[in-house]
Amino acid sequence: MWNSETILMLAENTGITLYMTLLSTLMAYVLGLPLGIALVVTAKDGLRPNAVVYKTLDVIVNIIRSVPFLILLILVIPLTRLIVGRSYGAAATVVPLVIAAAPFIARLVESSLLEVDKGVIEAAQSMGAGLGTIIVKVLLAEARTSLIVGATIALGTILGYSAMAGVVGGGGLGDIAIRYGYYRYESDIMWVTVILLVLLVQILQVIGTRISRKLDKRSR
Amino acid sequence: METMIQIKEVTKTFIGRDNKVEALKGISLDIEKGSICGIIGMSGAGKSTLVRCLNYLEKPTSGTVLIEGRDLGGMNDAQLRRTRTEIAMIFQHFNLLMQRNVLDNVCFPLEIVGKKRKEAKKRAAELLEIVGLSEKAKAYPSQLSGGQKQRVAIARALANNPKILLCDEATSALDPTTTKSILALLKEINQKFGITIVIITHEMSVVQEICSQVAIIDEGSLVESGSVEEVFSRPKTKAAQKLVFQGERSVSLMHGKRCVRIVFQDNSSFEPVIANMVLECRTPVNILLADTKDIGGTARGQMVLQFPEDSAAAEKMIRYLKDRNLTVEELADYVE
Repeated sequence: MWNSETILMLAENTGITLYMTLLSTLMAYVLGLPLGIALVVTAKDGLRPNAVVYKTLDVIVNIIRSVPFLILLILVIPLTRLIVGRSYGAAATVVPLVIAAAPFIARLVESSLLEVDKGVIEAAQSMGAGLGTIIVKVLLAEARTSLIVGATIALGTILGYSAMAGVVGGGGLGDIAIRYGYYRYESDIMWVTVILLVLLVQILQVIGTRISRKLDKRSR
Repeated sequence: METMIQIKEVTKTFIGRDNKVEALKGISLDIEKGSICGIIGMSGAGKSTLVRCLNYLEKPTSGTVLIEGRDLGGMNDAQLRRTRTEIAMIFQHFNLLMQRNVLDNVCFPLEIVGKKRKEAKKRAAELLEIVGLSEKAKAYPSQLSGGQKQRVAIARALANNPKILLCDEATSALDPTTTKSILALLKEINQKFGITIVIITHEMSVVQEICSQVAIIDEGSLVESGSVEEVFSRPKTKAAQKLVFQGERSVSLMHGKRCVRIVFQDNSSFEPVIANMVLECRTPVNILLADTKDIGGTARGQMVLQFPEDSAAAEKMIRYLKDRNLTVEELADYVE
């Protein structure tokens, strides 16, 4: 069974997994980053406190976060069909992945931004900085190390979620593991996919840690 | 003298879930253009809240703050931000951007007003020259000492040529030597650029070192204000006395006995007054506190003496001191 076909299939699906993970993370950040910023800004002691907006976002984030991914995957199938045109395959998996990851990322961004020293924000205000400047040049810039650590965590989590997509025929390494390992009892192929997944997480983690350390000017 | 900052009946009440804290209870104060004004008080007196009302980082509950006659309360967001570029501020914990190097930290306020990158860098380099940190331009704040960080903060504060510099406990995190050098720098800036400086502190020594005007805040109220010389020589209120006698808490044995405080003016410290007095009256006195400070260029000394129980001898001694043109003041309960 270890012919070139199997190896080609594994390589192809490693690529699919990476594609799903990276694309979903990127798109989830497009939603999650502004959401996280909005949570920090509208919070009670934020730059523009707004109880209504904060509570609404907070509840939405919590609701989506409390739905197990496997259930969410099935729940959003109508939406996936609407956007992608079909409910299976790698592209179709991206939709539930983004929906599940965005609120998670919003929380990661929120906690990173809350780490920024209040005094520095106050200093920027005292210089006459507006909201946009403070968000971009103080909050995001000062929290960049923490944000990258957060992104690394997000990538790892989304990679794990993407493997679950195999259940609905989502493609990628998770799909292979389920098809060969669970339905066909070819556990050696399943093990290979597991090892590949572990390796992927490791590589992403190492890259993330490197970048964040390189960018951190606080301790040297 | 022109007035730079006018504080009129400013109050600030913080409303918590089940309590109300009146941080400022109707404070009125005029700060002259080009002066160095010290606002002093014990921690929790409300001085930090007051200084934040001067640039509306904290919006007063009532009352007005006028900067060169312009009411901060009547401004919209954009106007307020523009005015804030004229009111710089430095902080106890420096509040530098930790992920930017020194030069870029100084560039930050210039970016806010939309200066071009090249011009901003040039100006920042000049400012670092002024505060004596040119060689640290490429360093990051984490590589600097406290004093150096405050110098960067001062350079950053000067970037947009402010009219006012607010200092919130700017030397409280520094050691005495560094404090001295930072205060000297502030004084230099005041004289060179004519910037009005407001210093918030809990240390009388800071006020004595560089301030011309002082206001004493106690429990949210302004209890005393005037020239430093005046307030230091004749503190009228309890709060003021407490601050003037700061650091002298170890003398409890003289409770109940008669104590006076004398202040030496001008040249009187050249004559050994106390020694002569003891020789003449043939009665020993106990010196509880003595120190001399340079206030506004003249030497000022203060001394707290404990007299013997014998009231006749004490009277004689007080008369002796008064004859020598010293300010003599009876202290009812010095230890408190």
